[in-house]
Amino acid sequence: MAARAASAAAVASPGARSESISRKKRGRSVQTEPWVNPHLPHEAEIVERIDESEHVFTLKLRLANPAQHAAYRFAPGQFNMLYLYGVGEVPISIVSDPEHDDLLDHTIRRVGRVTDGIAALKAGDRLGVRGPYGRGWPLDALEGKDVLIVTGGLGCAPSVSVIQYMMRRRARFGAVTILQGVKHYNDLLWRARYEAWAAMPRTRVLFSADTGGPLWPWHIGPVTGLFEHIEPEPGRTLALLCGPEGMMAATVRALRGLGLADSAIWLSLERSMHCAVGQCGHCQFGGKFVCKDGPVFACSEIAPLFSVKGL
Amino acid sequence: MPVRVDIEAPVTETRFLPRADLQRLLDVLAEAGYECIGPRVRDGAIVYDPVTRVSELPHGVTDRQGPGEYRLQAGAGGRCFAWANGPQALKPLLFTPQESLWTVRRDAQGRLAFIPAPPVARPVAVLGVRACDLAALRLQDAHFRDGPRPDPAYSARRDALFLIAVHCTHPAATCFCVSTGDGPRADFGYDLALSELDDGFLVEAGSVAGGVILRRLPTVEATTDQRQVAAREIESGARAQQRALPGTDLRDTLFGRLEHPRWEEVAQRCLSCANCTSVCPTCFCYSEHDVPSLDGTESTHTRQWDSCFTFGHSYIHGGAVRGGTRERYRQWLTHKLGGWHDQYGRSGCVGCGRCITWCPVGIDITEEARAVCAD
Ligand SMILES: Cc1cc2nc3c(=O)[nH]c(=O)nc-3n(C[C@H](O)[C@H](O)[C@H](O)COP(=O)(O)OP(=O)(O)OC[C@H]3O[C@@H](n4cnc5c(N)ncnc54)[C@H](O)[C@@H]3O)c2cc1C
Ligand code: SF4
Ligand code: SF4
Ligand code: FES
Repeated sequence: MAARAASAAAVASPGARSESISRKKRGRSVQTEPWVNPHLPHEAEIVERIDESEHVFTLKLRLANPAQHAAYRFAPGQFNMLYLYGVGEVPISIVSDPEHDDLLDHTIRRVGRVTDGIAALKAGDRLGVRGPYGRGWPLDALEGKDVLIVTGGLGCAPSVSVIQYMMRRRARFGAVTILQGVKHYNDLLWRARYEAWAAMPRTRVLFSADTGGPLWPWHIGPVTGLFEHIEPEPGRTLALLCGPEGMMAATVRALRGLGLADSAIWLSLERSMHCAVGQCGHCQFGGKFVCKDGPVFACSEIAPLFSVKGL
Repeated sequence: MPVRVDIEAPVTETRFLPRADLQRLLDVLAEAGYECIGPRVRDGAIVYDPVTRVSELPHGVTDRQGPGEYRLQAGAGGRCFAWANGPQALKPLLFTPQESLWTVRRDAQGRLAFIPAPPVARPVAVLGVRACDLAALRLQDAHFRDGPRPDPAYSARRDALFLIAVHCTHPAATCFCVSTGDGPRADFGYDLALSELDDGFLVEAGSVAGGVILRRLPTVEATTDQRQVAAREIESGARAQQRALPGTDLRDTLFGRLEHPRWEEVAQRCLSCANCTSVCPTCFCYSEHDVPSLDGTESTHTRQWDSCFTFGHSYIHGGAVRGGTRERYRQWLTHKLGGWHDQYGRSGCVGCGRCITWCPVGIDITEEARAVCAD
């Protein structure tokens, strides 16, 4: 587990924590440890469970080994493999703030075999955790820039950590615009959190729902419909996208129409994952392994393959 | 551990081992602690199985291969390496078809203890390895062993491997290693390399460990004449190859033709049976599964070979990304001949021709690549 290297560093010097974070700001996770067994999960305890909606819940986890927990480091946009006893593993993004949260938060939608089983767990139950894996959002590149975040559905999960990261260091970023699209108005999670963000200086939050309702004052239609309300400035705006691939493809087209370069558009891909360490081949996308080269890619890295059906 | 003596000077000259003394090679390997795996006839094919006696080798047997066709026949004189590759290369010995990765125990309080499977590796010597298989091994090494997170089980088995190559003189009709640059002569990666002549074998050492074994064999210095005969046979094998890929780097061409009509055409014939990926010495996909014990106190997490031709391979919640055979064949070919260049700096195909021979409907990777890359 990546915690090992960080652990050695953390013991070596009190400054190690911030040093490790700043290394990660380049968007790469720290993986310099002599790797013991890349497949082996570690025991974690569910400290708290929060039901977000009918199908979505958040687990706050602590690794059973205290030293390992203390040394655990990750970057926004990275994920863990969560293991349910006797059933299997699934990739789930880490939504905590890498510097400020003591626990590892995962917001999970129950959709099938493993997530249904995890949904039945409660505080005090145990899971397996290994990670963090992958390359997260390009934190260094975001510094001083306007940031436009476009998410669809639970695509908001991998972007929550990067939004929190920016909000806690608000002065270091320009205008932040958050566009969140949901299928049904009932699907909107974290309303309080969005309201808190919207109250921050130079921060806008806009919503859209494919299906609105009486209590839905916002846009009805696809999330790209919100683009008429914003004027991102090409050259100083970076866009972060997360959600279903069709939604991201439509967003990329809209952003290109607004003059954004592919290198300024970053997106988080989802593929089947078993090993998470670039060996099982499940997550391949062209010549990339999504688990280690991504899940976050600049659009310029994956164009023209992105949005080709069946790749 | 078997012989790994670094103080002896490497053997650089080519030696000659009379045919009557080939058994010595097997005996010396056994004395050095290796289990020897070599070519044997089983189920109508030449496969790698344990061998202890030279008489177990496929004497006088050769093979006839074609798309969807593999037959053994007599006609190799007294030779025992006069065949092209059988269904499997080194892959199953290192990247095993199935193995457990770890076990988890759950106690009465629900606490979990994860126990890694200890890497078990016994020293194995493989006799009869071909150049294409060594090239494939190098790719599997890059994938499983040489990255930032080496696979413990693969690495342990790899370190305990001793390789005896045989320069290939009998390519099959399905072979095309010349066009991929990987054969038929073995140039690297072996401990010993043999050239089979009528009356014996030329032996070269490729490593210190190989030299140690070679020194224990009753060899004499090879003559110029013997070396010329061996070189000519390899040369004529190379010239006999009938197939070729249209280039060594098809990456840009293939990824530029993702909507080529040929993908649909091949999908009409392809059964999505995954044979091609099972026999391919470089395919590395696997899937992971849990096998819980009946009493519920333990679960074993295993991996087994998987294939991009299966529905489950690209399955994410809601369905498979590559739902049809068109997308799956396209994935396989564009990955093998294209995506590998990004991942490992070269094509993932070493020209062994197995996917052509063992495809039940005789689909030919060289023909499909040609069709997609033609204008
Ligand atoms: C990088 C990344 C980050 C993610 N972050 C989040 C997040 O923060 N929150 C969230 O809710 N979701 C997230 N997901 C999605 C989440 O991983 C899936 O919803 C989850 O895997 C579903 O698992 P399941 O077993 O419950 O569903 P199922 O629909 O039962 O199965 C989905 C997965 O199970 C495996 N599988 C199922 N059937 C087969 C089969 N026949 N053969 C082989 N394999 C099979 C596959 O791995 C498949 O991807 C993320 C995905 C990725 C790739
Ligand atoms: S793709 Fe076919 S010819 Fe190429 S290495 Fe694999 S099995 Fe051999
Ligand atoms: S190409 Fe041939 S061997 Fe491969 S999946 Fe299709 S039918 Fe099977
Ligand atoms: S998940 Fe196994 S290679 Fe990416």
